[in-house]
Amino acid sequence: MAKPKLAIYWAASCGGCDIAILDIEAKILDVAEFFDVIFWPCAMDFKYDDVRAMADKSITLTLFNGAIRNSENYEIARLLREKSVVLCAFGSCAAEGGIPGLANFHTKSSIYDYVFKQSPSLEPGNGTIPQSEVQVPEGRLTIPVMWNTVRSLSQVVDIDYIIPGCPPQSDQIAVVVAAVIDILANGKPLPPKGTVLGATDKTCCDECPRQRNVKKIKSFIRPFEKVTDTELCLMEQGIVCMGPATRAGCGAKCVNAGVPCRGCYGAPLNVRDQGAKMASALASVIDSADPDEIERIIDTLPDPLGTFYRFSLADSMLRRTQA
Amino acid sequence: MSFEPKIIGFLCNWCSYTGADLAGTARMKYPANVMSIRVMCSGRVDPGFVLDAFRRGADGVLVCGCHPGDCHYVDGNHKCMRRIPLTKRMMKGFGIDPIRLRLEWVSASEGARFQEVVCEFTEQLRHLGALDLKEIEFDPTLEGVHHG
Repeated sequence: MAKPKLAIYWAASCGGCDIAILDIEAKILDVAEFFDVIFWPCAMDFKYDDVRAMADKSITLTLFNGAIRNSENYEIARLLREKSVVLCAFGSCAAEGGIPGLANFHTKSSIYDYVFKQSPSLEPGNGTIPQSEVQVPEGRLTIPVMWNTVRSLSQVVDIDYIIPGCPPQSDQIAVVVAAVIDILANGKPLPPKGTVLGATDKTCCDECPRQRNVKKIKSFIRPFEKVTDTELCLMEQGIVCMGPATRAGCGAKCVNAGVPCRGCYGAPLNVRDQGAKMASALASVIDSADPDEIERIIDTLPDPLGTFYRFSLADSMLRRTQA
Repeated sequence: MSFEPKIIGFLCNWCSYTGADLAGTARMKYPANVMSIRVMCSGRVDPGFVLDAFRRGADGVLVCGCHPGDCHYVDGNHKCMRRIPLTKRMMKGFGIDPIRLRLEWVSASEGARFQEVVCEFTEQLRHLGALDLKEIEFDPTLEGVHHG
Protein backbone atom coordinates (compact mmCIF):
# COMPACT_ATOMS: atom_id res chain seq x y z
CA MET A 1 0.00 0.00 0.00
CA ALA A 2 1.28 3.47 -0.84
CA LYS A 3 2.17 5.61 2.13
CA PRO A 4 -0.07 8.60 3.00
CA LYS A 5 1.40 11.81 1.60
CA LEU A 6 2.43 14.71 3.84
CA ALA A 7 3.07 18.32 2.81
CA ILE A 8 4.47 21.07 5.02
CA TYR A 9 4.44 24.61 3.74
CA TRP A 10 5.55 28.00 5.02
CA ALA A 11 3.85 31.18 3.85
CA ALA A 12 4.57 34.46 5.73
CA SER A 13 6.40 32.84 8.61
CA CYS A 14 9.76 32.83 10.35
CA GLY A 15 10.61 29.14 10.02
CA GLY A 16 10.08 28.47 13.71
CA CYS A 17 7.15 26.15 13.01
CA ASP A 18 9.31 23.97 10.76
CA ILE A 19 11.94 23.81 13.49
CA ALA A 20 9.26 22.89 16.04
CA ILE A 21 8.32 19.94 13.82
CA LEU A 22 11.94 18.77 13.78
CA ASP A 23 12.03 19.27 17.55
CA ILE A 24 9.82 16.24 18.07
CA GLU A 25 13.22 14.49 17.97
CA ALA A 26 13.22 10.73 17.32
CA LYS A 27 9.48 10.79 16.55
CA ILE A 28 10.34 12.52 13.28
CA LEU A 29 11.52 9.08 12.17
CA ASP A 30 7.99 7.74 12.71
CA VAL A 31 6.76 10.55 10.47
CA ALA A 32 9.27 9.64 7.76
CA GLU A 33 8.42 5.97 8.17
CA PHE A 34 4.66 6.42 7.98
CA PHE A 35 4.35 9.31 5.54
CA ASP A 36 5.75 10.05 2.15
CA VAL A 37 6.90 13.69 2.51
CA ILE A 38 6.14 15.10 -0.91
CA PHE A 39 6.46 18.84 -0.27
CA TRP A 40 8.45 20.67 2.44
CA PRO A 41 10.24 23.70 1.01
CA CYS A 42 12.00 24.53 4.28
CA ALA A 43 13.70 21.13 4.47
CA MET A 44 14.04 19.81 0.94
CA ASP A 45 14.00 21.05 -2.63
CA PHE A 46 10.56 20.81 -4.16
CA LYS A 47 9.01 22.81 -7.00
CA TYR A 48 5.52 24.28 -7.08
CA ASP A 49 5.06 22.64 -10.47
CA ASP A 50 5.50 19.23 -8.84
CA VAL A 51 2.53 20.02 -6.61
CA ARG A 52 0.52 21.44 -9.53
CA ALA A 53 1.05 18.16 -11.39
CA MET A 54 -0.50 16.09 -8.57
CA ALA A 55 -4.07 14.85 -8.69
CA ASP A 56 -6.61 16.72 -6.54
CA LYS A 57 -6.89 15.38 -2.97
CA SER A 58 -3.77 13.30 -3.41
CA ILE A 59 -2.01 14.79 -0.35
CA THR A 60 -3.38 13.19 2.81
CA LEU A 61 -2.27 15.89 5.26
CA THR A 62 -0.91 19.40 4.80
CA LEU A 63 0.51 21.35 7.70
CA PHE A 64 0.40 24.98 6.60
CA ASN A 65 2.31 27.53 8.66
CA GLY A 66 2.60 31.25 8.07
CA ALA A 67 0.14 34.05 7.36
CA ILE A 68 -1.21 35.12 3.97
CA ARG A 69 0.76 38.25 3.25
CA ASN A 70 1.17 38.28 -0.54
CA SER A 71 -0.14 36.83 -3.76
CA GLU A 72 2.25 33.87 -3.65
CA ASN A 73 1.03 32.82 -0.17
CA TYR A 74 -2.54 32.99 -1.46
CA GLU A 75 -1.80 31.06 -4.63
CA ILE A 76 -0.07 28.21 -2.75
CA ALA A 77 -2.78 28.16 -0.08
CA ARG A 78 -5.38 27.61 -2.78
CA LEU A 79 -3.19 25.04 -4.54
CA LEU A 80 -2.62 23.04 -1.36
CA ARG A 81 -6.31 23.22 -0.50
CA GLU A 82 -7.14 21.62 -3.85
CA LYS A 83 -4.53 18.92 -3.48
CA SER A 84 -5.07 18.04 0.20
CA VAL A 85 -7.63 15.88 1.94
CA VAL A 86 -6.87 17.50 5.32
CA LEU A 87 -5.52 21.05 5.49
CA CYS A 88 -4.33 22.14 8.90
CA ALA A 89 -3.46 25.71 9.93
CA PHE A 90 -0.25 25.11 11.82
CA GLY A 91 0.96 27.77 14.26
CA SER A 92 -0.29 31.24 15.19
CA CYS A 93 0.39 32.89 11.82
CA ALA A 94 -1.70 30.46 9.79
CA ALA A 95 -4.30 30.21 12.55
CA GLU A 96 -4.82 33.91 13.28
CA GLY A 97 -2.27 36.02 11.41
CA GLY A 98 0.40 35.91 14.11
CA ILE A 99 3.22 38.42 14.37
CA PRO A 100 3.08 39.32 10.64
CA GLY A 101 -0.57 40.29 11.27
CA LEU A 102 0.59 43.21 13.43
CA ALA A 103 1.39 44.92 10.13
CA ASN A 104 -2.38 45.47 9.89
CA PHE A 105 -1.89 48.42 12.25
CA HIS A 106 -0.27 50.06 9.20
CA THR A 107 -1.06 50.19 5.50
CA LYS A 108 1.00 48.82 2.65
CA SER A 109 1.92 52.35 1.57
CA SER A 110 3.01 53.43 5.06
CA ILE A 111 5.14 50.28 5.39
CA TYR A 112 6.77 50.87 1.98
CA ASP A 113 7.30 54.48 2.87
CA TYR A 114 9.17 53.64 6.06
CA VAL A 115 11.09 50.59 4.86
CA PHE A 116 12.23 52.00 1.52
CA LYS A 117 12.30 55.75 2.11
CA GLN A 118 12.70 56.66 5.78
CA SER A 119 14.46 53.82 7.55
CA PRO A 120 17.79 55.10 9.01
CA SER A 121 19.69 52.11 7.63
CA LEU A 122 18.97 53.03 4.00
CA GLU A 123 21.74 54.05 1.66
CA PRO A 124 21.35 57.83 1.13
CA GLY A 125 19.93 58.74 -2.23
CA ASN A 126 18.85 55.23 -3.09
CA GLY A 127 15.09 55.46 -3.39
CA THR A 128 14.50 52.05 -4.93
CA ILE A 129 10.94 50.82 -4.41
CA PRO A 130 10.33 47.17 -5.32
CA GLN A 131 8.05 46.65 -8.29
CA SER A 132 5.97 43.54 -8.71
CA GLU A 133 7.04 43.28 -12.32
CA VAL A 134 9.78 44.63 -14.56
CA GLN A 135 10.61 44.34 -18.24
CA VAL A 136 14.21 43.29 -19.04
CA PRO A 137 15.69 42.37 -22.46
CA GLU A 138 15.20 38.70 -21.66
CA GLY A 139 11.52 39.12 -20.83
CA ARG A 140 9.20 40.09 -18.01
CA LEU A 141 10.26 39.39 -14.41
CA THR A 142 7.73 39.22 -11.59
CA ILE A 143 7.75 38.90 -7.83
CA PRO A 144 4.69 38.30 -5.62
CA VAL A 145 2.51 41.31 -4.85
CA MET A 146 2.43 42.35 -1.19
CA TRP A 147 -1.10 42.81 0.12
CA ASN A 148 -2.43 45.71 2.15
CA THR A 149 -3.94 43.36 4.74
CA VAL A 150 -2.41 40.25 6.30
CA ARG A 151 -4.88 37.36 6.46
CA SER A 152 -5.12 34.12 8.35
CA LEU A 153 -5.31 30.89 6.34
CA SER A 154 -8.97 30.31 7.18
CA GLN A 155 -9.89 33.73 5.77
CA VAL A 156 -8.74 32.79 2.28
CA VAL A 157 -9.39 29.03 2.02
CA ASP A 158 -11.46 26.41 3.82
CA ILE A 159 -9.43 24.70 6.55
CA ASP A 160 -10.02 21.51 8.52
CA TYR A 161 -8.07 21.89 11.76
CA ILE A 162 -6.01 24.35 13.75
CA ILE A 163 -2.85 23.61 15.70
CA PRO A 164 -2.12 26.84 17.60
CA GLY A 165 1.08 28.19 19.09
CA CYS A 166 4.10 30.28 18.25
CA PRO A 167 5.41 27.75 17.60
CA PRO A 168 3.17 24.82 18.54
CA GLN A 169 4.93 23.01 21.37
CA SER A 170 6.85 19.98 20.19
CA ASP A 171 5.31 17.64 22.77
CA GLN A 172 1.88 18.67 21.47
CA ILE A 173 2.99 18.17 17.85
CA ALA A 174 4.20 14.69 18.77
CA VAL A 175 0.80 13.89 20.32
CA VAL A 176 -1.05 15.15 17.25
CA VAL A 177 1.25 13.27 14.87
CA ALA A 178 0.79 10.05 16.87
CA ALA A 179 -3.01 10.56 16.83
CA VAL A 180 -3.02 11.20 13.07
CA ILE A 181 -0.97 8.08 12.40
CA ASP A 182 -3.31 6.09 14.65
CA ILE A 183 -6.39 7.45 12.84
CA LEU A 184 -4.99 6.75 9.37
CA ALA A 185 -3.45 3.37 10.19
CA ASN A 186 -6.50 2.00 11.98
CA GLY A 187 -9.23 3.63 9.93
CA LYS A 188 -10.61 5.64 12.86
CA PRO A 189 -12.88 8.64 12.24
CA LEU A 190 -11.33 12.10 12.03
CA PRO A 191 -12.24 14.66 14.71
CA PRO A 192 -14.99 17.13 13.74
CA LYS A 193 -13.95 19.80 11.29
CA GLY A 194 -12.68 22.99 12.93
CA THR A 195 -11.28 21.19 15.98
CA VAL A 196 -8.31 22.86 17.66
CA LEU A 197 -5.68 20.15 17.99
CA GLY A 198 -2.73 20.03 20.36
CA ALA A 199 -4.38 22.32 22.94
CA THR A 200 -7.13 22.23 25.54
CA ASP A 201 -10.35 24.19 25.95
CA LYS A 202 -9.31 25.99 29.13
CA THR A 203 -7.11 29.05 29.58
CA CYS A 204 -3.41 29.38 30.23
CA CYS A 205 -4.19 30.39 33.85
CA ASP A 206 -5.55 26.88 34.33
CA GLU A 207 -2.07 25.44 33.71
CA CYS A 208 -0.22 28.19 35.59
CA PRO A 209 1.30 27.02 38.88
CA ARG A 210 1.56 30.52 40.39
CA GLN A 211 -0.45 31.52 43.42
CA ARG A 212 -3.59 33.53 42.70
CA ASN A 213 -5.43 35.96 44.97
CA VAL A 214 -7.84 38.81 44.35
CA LYS A 215 -6.29 41.05 41.71
CA LYS A 216 -6.20 44.78 42.42
CA ILE A 217 -3.99 46.87 40.19
CA LYS A 218 -3.02 50.49 40.81
CA SER A 219 -0.37 50.66 38.12
CA PHE A 220 0.88 48.44 35.30
CA ILE A 221 4.58 47.83 34.91
CA ARG A 222 6.75 46.24 32.24
CA PRO A 223 8.65 43.05 33.12
CA PHE A 224 12.08 44.72 33.18
CA GLU A 225 11.01 47.31 35.74
CA LYS A 226 10.84 44.91 38.64
CA VAL A 227 12.34 41.72 40.02
CA THR A 228 9.22 39.61 40.12
CA ASP A 229 8.06 37.28 42.84
CA THR A 230 8.50 33.76 41.44
CA GLU A 231 5.49 32.28 43.25
CA LEU A 232 2.83 34.95 42.76
CA CYS A 233 0.54 35.56 39.77
CA LEU A 234 2.30 38.01 37.42
CA MET A 235 -0.86 40.01 36.85
CA GLU A 236 -1.16 40.66 40.58
CA GLN A 237 2.33 42.13 40.37
CA GLY A 238 1.12 44.59 37.72
CA ILE A 239 2.57 42.79 34.72
CA VAL A 240 0.22 42.32 31.78
CA CYS A 241 -0.03 38.57 31.32
CA MET A 242 -2.26 37.27 28.52
CA GLY A 243 -3.05 34.09 30.44
CA PRO A 244 -6.73 34.89 31.19
CA ALA A 245 -7.53 35.28 27.46
CA THR A 246 -5.31 32.55 26.03
CA ARG A 247 -5.99 28.92 25.26
CA ALA A 248 -4.12 26.40 27.37
CA GLY A 249 -1.97 23.69 25.87
CA CYS A 250 1.58 24.96 26.08
CA GLY A 251 2.01 23.88 29.71
CA ALA A 252 2.33 27.55 30.79
CA LYS A 253 5.94 27.57 29.63
CA CYS A 254 6.44 31.34 29.64
CA VAL A 255 5.00 31.98 33.12
CA ASN A 256 7.07 29.08 34.44
CA ALA A 257 10.13 30.82 33.08
CA GLY A 258 9.16 34.08 34.80
CA VAL A 259 7.88 35.97 31.78
CA PRO A 260 4.21 36.81 31.14
CA CYS A 261 2.10 34.83 28.70
CA ARG A 262 2.07 36.54 25.31
CA GLY A 263 -1.08 34.86 24.05
CA CYS A 264 0.29 32.72 21.20
CA TYR A 265 -2.15 29.86 21.68
CA GLY A 266 -4.95 32.17 20.64
CA ALA A 267 -8.41 32.75 22.06
CA PRO A 268 -9.89 30.10 24.35
CA LEU A 269 -13.04 28.16 23.54
CA ASN A 270 -16.07 30.33 22.69
CA VAL A 271 -14.08 33.56 22.60
CA ARG A 272 -14.31 35.38 19.28
CA ASP A 273 -11.82 38.18 19.88
CA GLN A 274 -8.82 37.56 22.09
CA GLY A 275 -7.84 41.22 22.42
CA ALA A 276 -11.30 42.37 23.47
CA LYS A 277 -11.55 39.55 25.99
CA MET A 278 -8.17 40.51 27.42
CA ALA A 279 -9.26 44.14 27.69
CA SER A 280 -12.35 42.98 29.55
CA ALA A 281 -10.33 40.89 32.01
CA LEU A 282 -7.64 43.47 32.51
CA ALA A 283 -9.88 46.49 32.97
CA SER A 284 -11.97 44.71 35.58
CA VAL A 285 -8.99 44.33 37.93
CA ILE A 286 -8.11 48.02 37.91
CA ASP A 287 -8.41 49.09 41.52
CA SER A 288 -10.31 52.34 41.29
CA ALA A 289 -13.81 53.73 40.94
CA ASP A 290 -12.68 57.23 40.09
CA PRO A 291 -12.78 58.03 36.36
CA ASP A 292 -9.66 60.23 36.44
CA GLU A 293 -7.64 57.68 38.37
CA ILE A 294 -8.82 54.93 36.00
CA GLU A 295 -7.51 57.00 33.08
CA ARG A 296 -4.17 57.42 34.84
CA ILE A 297 -3.89 53.69 35.51
CA ILE A 298 -4.74 52.86 31.89
CA ASP A 299 -2.04 55.34 30.84
CA THR A 300 0.54 53.06 32.47
CA LEU A 301 -0.38 50.27 30.04
CA PRO A 302 2.27 50.21 27.34
CA ASP A 303 0.85 49.55 23.85
CA PRO A 304 -2.45 47.91 24.85
CA LEU A 305 -3.48 46.96 21.30
CA GLY A 306 -0.11 45.48 20.35
CA THR A 307 -0.13 43.51 23.60
CA PHE A 308 -3.73 42.26 23.44
CA TYR A 309 -3.57 41.41 19.73
CA ARG A 310 0.07 40.38 19.51
CA PHE A 311 -0.82 37.20 17.59
CA SER A 312 -4.48 37.60 16.70
CA LEU A 313 -4.92 41.00 15.04
CA ALA A 314 -5.46 39.66 11.51
CA ASP A 315 -8.22 37.37 12.78
CA SER A 316 -9.74 39.86 15.23
CA MET A 317 -13.17 41.37 14.72
CA LEU A 318 -11.87 44.60 13.21
CA ARG A 319 -8.96 42.96 11.37
CA ARG A 320 -6.89 46.10 10.75
CA THR A 321 -6.57 49.80 11.38
CA GLN A 322 -9.52 51.57 9.85
CA ALA A 323 -7.85 54.96 9.65
CA MET B 1 -32.30 62.69 3.10
CA SER B 2 -29.88 63.17 5.95
CA PHE B 3 -27.79 60.33 7.30
CA GLU B 4 -29.45 58.33 10.07
CA PRO B 5 -26.92 56.57 12.30
CA LYS B 6 -27.50 53.10 13.69
CA ILE B 7 -26.92 53.02 17.43
CA ILE B 8 -26.77 49.91 19.55
CA GLY B 9 -27.75 50.62 23.15
CA PHE B 10 -26.73 48.22 25.89
CA LEU B 11 -29.07 49.03 28.76
CA CYS B 12 -28.83 47.57 32.23
CA ASN B 13 -31.91 45.70 33.37
CA TRP B 14 -32.24 47.39 36.75
CA CYS B 15 -31.87 51.08 35.97
CA SER B 16 -31.35 52.19 32.41
CA TYR B 17 -33.73 49.82 30.66
CA THR B 18 -36.45 50.88 33.09
CA GLY B 19 -35.39 54.49 32.54
CA ALA B 20 -35.80 54.03 28.78
CA ASP B 21 -39.15 52.38 29.41
CA LEU B 22 -40.21 55.37 31.49
CA ALA B 23 -39.24 57.69 28.63
CA GLY B 24 -41.47 55.58 26.40
CA THR B 25 -44.50 55.35 28.69
CA ALA B 26 -44.24 59.07 29.43
CA ARG B 27 -44.28 59.70 25.65
CA MET B 28 -41.00 61.58 25.66
CA LYS B 29 -39.83 61.92 22.09
CA TYR B 30 -36.38 60.74 21.07
CA PRO B 31 -34.90 59.55 17.76
CA ALA B 32 -35.64 55.94 16.81
CA ASN B 33 -31.97 55.34 15.99
CA VAL B 34 -31.21 53.40 19.16
CA MET B 35 -31.72 49.66 19.07
CA SER B 36 -31.84 48.61 22.72
CA ILE B 37 -30.34 45.41 24.01
CA ARG B 38 -31.20 44.62 27.60
CA VAL B 39 -28.28 43.27 29.61
CA MET B 40 -28.45 42.27 33.26
CA CYS B 41 -25.74 44.77 34.21
CA SER B 42 -23.50 47.29 32.47
CA GLY B 43 -20.71 45.12 33.85
CA ARG B 44 -21.91 42.43 31.44
CA VAL B 45 -20.91 44.57 28.46
CA ASP B 46 -17.69 43.01 27.20
CA PRO B 47 -15.47 45.20 24.98
CA GLY B 48 -16.05 42.45 22.41
CA PHE B 49 -19.77 43.35 22.29
CA VAL B 50 -18.83 46.90 21.37
CA LEU B 51 -16.34 45.90 18.66
CA ASP B 52 -18.81 43.34 17.32
CA ALA B 53 -21.52 45.99 17.09
CA PHE B 54 -19.21 48.18 15.00
CA ARG B 55 -18.20 45.23 12.88
CA ARG B 56 -21.83 44.47 12.15
CA GLY B 57 -22.65 47.97 11.03
CA ALA B 58 -23.35 50.12 14.09
CA ASP B 59 -22.28 53.75 13.80
CA GLY B 60 -22.37 54.26 17.56
CA VAL B 61 -22.66 52.25 20.75
CA LEU B 62 -24.38 53.54 23.87
CA VAL B 63 -23.84 51.81 27.19
CA CYS B 64 -26.10 52.80 30.07
CA GLY B 65 -25.97 51.56 33.63
CA CYS B 66 -26.94 52.42 37.19
CA HIS B 67 -25.21 55.37 38.80
CA PRO B 68 -21.96 54.41 40.57
CA GLY B 69 -22.89 53.16 44.01
CA ASP B 70 -26.34 52.02 42.90
CA CYS B 71 -25.39 48.80 41.11
CA HIS B 72 -27.76 45.91 41.73
CA TYR B 73 -24.68 43.68 41.84
CA VAL B 74 -22.67 46.08 44.04
CA ASP B 75 -19.80 46.90 41.65
CA GLY B 76 -20.74 45.73 38.14
CA ASN B 77 -20.93 49.31 36.89
CA HIS B 78 -17.47 49.99 38.32
CA LYS B 79 -16.16 47.26 36.03
CA CYS B 80 -17.96 48.92 33.14
CA MET B 81 -16.50 52.28 34.16
CA ARG B 82 -13.01 50.75 33.78
CA ARG B 83 -13.68 48.86 30.57
CA ILE B 84 -15.15 51.71 28.56
CA PRO B 85 -12.04 53.99 28.69
CA LEU B 86 -9.84 51.04 27.70
CA THR B 87 -12.24 50.15 24.88
CA LYS B 88 -12.14 53.76 23.71
CA ARG B 89 -8.36 53.58 23.54
CA MET B 90 -8.56 50.39 21.53
CA MET B 91 -10.98 52.05 19.14
CA LYS B 92 -8.57 54.94 18.72
CA GLY B 93 -5.81 52.45 17.91
CA PHE B 94 -8.08 50.85 15.32
CA GLY B 95 -8.74 54.26 13.81
CA ILE B 96 -12.35 54.56 14.99
CA ASP B 97 -13.36 57.83 16.62
CA PRO B 98 -13.88 57.08 20.37
CA ILE B 99 -16.85 59.50 20.34
CA ARG B 100 -18.77 56.62 18.77
CA LEU B 101 -18.80 54.88 22.15
CA ARG B 102 -20.66 56.57 24.97
CA LEU B 103 -21.18 55.59 28.59
CA GLU B 104 -23.98 57.20 30.58
CA TRP B 105 -25.49 56.54 33.98
CA VAL B 106 -29.30 56.55 33.77
CA SER B 107 -31.40 55.54 36.74
CA ALA B 108 -34.89 54.03 36.56
CA SER B 109 -36.47 57.41 37.26
CA GLU B 110 -34.41 59.33 34.70
CA GLY B 111 -36.50 58.90 31.57
CA ALA B 112 -35.81 62.50 30.67
CA ARG B 113 -32.08 61.93 30.98
CA PHE B 114 -32.31 58.94 28.61
CA GLN B 115 -34.21 61.08 26.12
CA GLU B 116 -31.59 63.81 26.36
CA VAL B 117 -28.66 61.37 25.94
CA VAL B 118 -30.17 59.68 22.88
CA CYS B 119 -31.04 63.00 21.22
CA GLU B 120 -27.55 64.37 21.81
CA PHE B 121 -25.70 61.19 20.77
CA THR B 122 -27.76 60.74 17.62
CA GLU B 123 -27.08 64.34 16.63
CA GLN B 124 -23.34 63.87 17.23
CA LEU B 125 -23.25 60.76 15.08
CA ARG B 126 -25.23 62.44 12.31
CA HIS B 127 -22.44 64.98 12.08
CA LEU B 128 -19.73 62.33 12.29
CA GLY B 129 -21.26 60.30 9.46
CA ALA B 130 -21.31 56.57 8.79
CA LEU B 131 -18.64 54.28 10.12
CA ASP B 132 -17.15 52.70 7.04
CA LEU B 133 -15.04 49.68 7.99
CA LYS B 134 -12.36 48.57 5.59
CA GLU B 135 -11.40 45.09 4.46
CA ILE B 136 -13.34 43.26 7.14
CA GLU B 137 -14.21 40.56 4.63
CA PHE B 138 -11.64 39.07 2.31
CA ASP B 139 -12.01 40.21 -1.26
CA PRO B 140 -9.27 38.81 -3.52
CA THR B 141 -10.09 41.33 -6.25
CA LEU B 142 -8.95 44.16 -3.97
CA GLU B 143 -5.57 42.55 -3.43
CA GLY B 144 -2.70 42.18 -5.88
CA VAL B 145 -2.65 39.10 -8.07
CA HIS B 146 0.31 37.02 -9.04
CA HIS B 147 1.50 37.84 -12.50
CA GLY B 148 3.48 34.61 -13.01
